[in-house]
Amino acid sequence: MLQIKNLHAKVAGKEILKGLNLELEAGEIHAIMGPNGAGKSTLGNVLAGREGYEVTAGEVIFNGKNLLDLEPEERACEGVFLAFQYPVEIPGVNNTYFLRAALNAQRKYRGEAELDSVDFLRLVREKLKILDIGDKLLHRAVNEGFSGGEKKRNEIFQMAVLEPKLAVLDETDSGLDIDALKTVATGVNRLRSPDRGMIVVTHYQRLLDYIVPDKVHVLADGKLVATGGADLALKLEEQGYAWLEDGGIQSLELGAGDQQ
Amino acid sequence: MSRESTIDGLVEQKYRHGFVTDIESDTMPPGLSEEVIRAISIRKNEPEWLLEWRLKAYATWLKMEQPNWAHLNIEEIDFQKISYFSSPKSDKDRPQSLDEVDPKLLETYDKLGVPLHERARLAGVAVDAVFDSVSVGTTFKAELRKAGVIFCSFSEAVAEHPELVKKYLGSVVPQRDNFFAALNSAVFTDGSFVFIPRGVRCPMELSTYFRINAAETGQFERTLIVAEEGSHVSYLEGCTAPMRDENQLHAAVVELIALEDANIKYSTVQNWYPGDENGKGGIYNFVTKRGDCRGDRSRISWTQVETGSAITWKYPSCVLRGDDSVGEFYSVALTSNYQQADTGTKMVHLGRNTRSKIISKGISAMQGQNAYRGLVKVSPKADNARNYTQCDSMLIGKKCGAHTFPYIEVRNPTAKVEHEATTSRIGEDQLFYCLQRGISEEDAVSMIVDGFCKQVFKELPMEFAVEAKALLEVSLEGAVG
Ligand SMILES: Nc1ncnc2c1ncn2[C@@H]1O[C@H](COP(=O)(O)OP(=O)(O)OP(=O)(O)O)[C@@H](O)[C@H]1O
Ligand SMILES: [Mg+2]
Repeated sequence: MLQIKNLHAKVAGKEILKGLNLELEAGEIHAIMGPNGAGKSTLGNVLAGREGYEVTAGEVIFNGKNLLDLEPEERACEGVFLAFQYPVEIPGVNNTYFLRAALNAQRKYRGEAELDSVDFLRLVREKLKILDIGDKLLHRAVNEGFSGGEKKRNEIFQMAVLEPKLAVLDETDSGLDIDALKTVATGVNRLRSPDRGMIVVTHYQRLLDYIVPDKVHVLADGKLVATGGADLALKLEEQGYAWLEDGGIQSLELGAGDQQ
Repeated sequence: MSRESTIDGLVEQKYRHGFVTDIESDTMPPGLSEEVIRAISIRKNEPEWLLEWRLKAYATWLKMEQPNWAHLNIEEIDFQKISYFSSPKSDKDRPQSLDEVDPKLLETYDKLGVPLHERARLAGVAVDAVFDSVSVGTTFKAELRKAGVIFCSFSEAVAEHPELVKKYLGSVVPQRDNFFAALNSAVFTDGSFVFIPRGVRCPMELSTYFRINAAETGQFERTLIVAEEGSHVSYLEGCTAPMRDENQLHAAVVELIALEDANIKYSTVQNWYPGDENGKGGIYNFVTKRGDCRGDRSRISWTQVETGSAITWKYPSCVLRGDDSVGEFYSVALTSNYQQADTGTKMVHLGRNTRSKIISKGISAMQGQNAYRGLVKVSPKADNARNYTQCDSMLIGKKCGAHTFPYIEVRNPTAKVEHEATTSRIGEDQLFYCLQRGISEEDAVSMIVDGFCKQVFKELPMEFAVEAKALLEVSLEGAVG
């Protein structure tokens, strides 16, 4: 469903992504790990079409379409969802109202009828149940005054309602207590489906105990430098990233089989 | 395409209500003198005392100078180039009901989206529509009369309730108060008068739509609202103006008087022509609005949404004279293109346990300049006075500006005065967050701005809140569904 080929991107005049390749099939979950500043969030932003992230080479094909040709809102409507590393507060805008506006914009784009508030609330209740979360955040303004964990949960909730085809979760596990981590993981697992692909960016192998990825990639210095199975995350947890720099990459690539 | 230029594109909009109705105007030649004032008074069949009052104001005005302390760029106004009286031809034969109103005029209201009769009936709102300087078409008079409420044009009040007008006119805003108040006192042509007798809760919201029309004619409105002991009234003022070339001067005076336990809520949604992209042709709006909480436990609340005018200079204020009286000011001011707004409020605490609250939201887009100027004054006798001020500015784009000037004068040690101020640029991150969820840029901007203004919008009567929101959307980005 997603093919990223030789992607190069600049932020503020500086090259951050330097030839990144990735293939994701529908139904798969890929984890991306890597040191701070490696370009993980940049990848998410580039896929979502954020202003200021300039693609200088390469291409991204999403369900047969050239993703980079689309406006950010069109990408969202095509089913690309980014769970933000730092979800944004929009004071005074009701969370439910916001989400309904988003869902209806996407439905309109796809030529489906917009949901009225009754149908929308029914959908919301259903999703809350699936995620095992309460409705107390619904009545507040978008992320305003939410705790770190509440913000991340709200991202997952939005994902559940919008039912994207491709979800990029950028450190959705960071800053969560154990219970919240389980909630988020449960949410992700329940949303796992044969026609949905997910990219989970994380620093902690802990998350991958709950969300078992099909593949684990290591992003360093703007490229994927290693790819493996779930066990790669364990090795990274034990040894950090330093070993990748001296020859580790090759051995891993061999171990990962037909990647690259 | 850069995000900056898209936002500018969205913010830029053609003034929807820009057209001039072709009704033959009975307009006086430009110029101001004692003769002109006498002529206005004669045209309006005024009693002698009112003419004397005007002439006194004129003499005061001649000795005054235009204020220049405001944070505004104003070309000097030539007061001899303005015509001080204009009325639709049909004035000579004043219509008694809407059926008798010039169809052209009704058509104008239709174009403005104000189908007078229908909307008034649907919303249960009485409408006193001022077209240029003379009031035409007042509805729901009978129902109001039943409740004992007087709601009429100022001229009518002068003719039919002279004792009330005489008692209260100028008692809140004295003639010498400021340059524009003095000018208004000398040459005002019409406006609204409201009187709510003791203990009466006005059965409906009172609303005035007015617009400036005849070319080169300044508009000088005079509004006087008196709420007797224990009465309640909510008054709505809204206006739009046709597109024109010359700057138009508007200098209104609004006086509110709340006696013991009375409650006055005054809401304004203003959509005057702001001028073209270069700032040419907009309305100059210098308004003196003041409420006097004369009685104990009285309450006056100003709510305003300003999107129009090339220049706005306006400080709705409250004098908290009665003990335990309350003054409130909720404001949203939007400036774009070359608009300049210098607004704010004054809360003057004179009585004991008086409380005031100020919520000001300024939005600047393109080259718009927005200044908030607030004065909170606590006199020595005002024990336990409380003020809370919150003053937030939002900037859209990089060329606009916001300025905040809080003045606090406290002469009583028991007073508590709190001030909070924030300035934020409409977040690229907020915008991207909305886009990433599939929401269009246009909808995102209006959603963010609407959220920013929430605290003020919720103070507006329901009907008006919807209009205010729509107005802001139009002002920011053309029609949004
Ligand atoms: N808007 C920006 N302006 C300037 N530099 C930026 C910007 N966004 C990202 N960068 C730089 O790009 C590099 C990659 O940042 P990115 O956020 O993608 O890293 P990351 O892999 O997500 O790191 P972390 O694990 O800390 O979240 C960093 O050096 C960062 O400082
Ligand atoms: Mg990151």
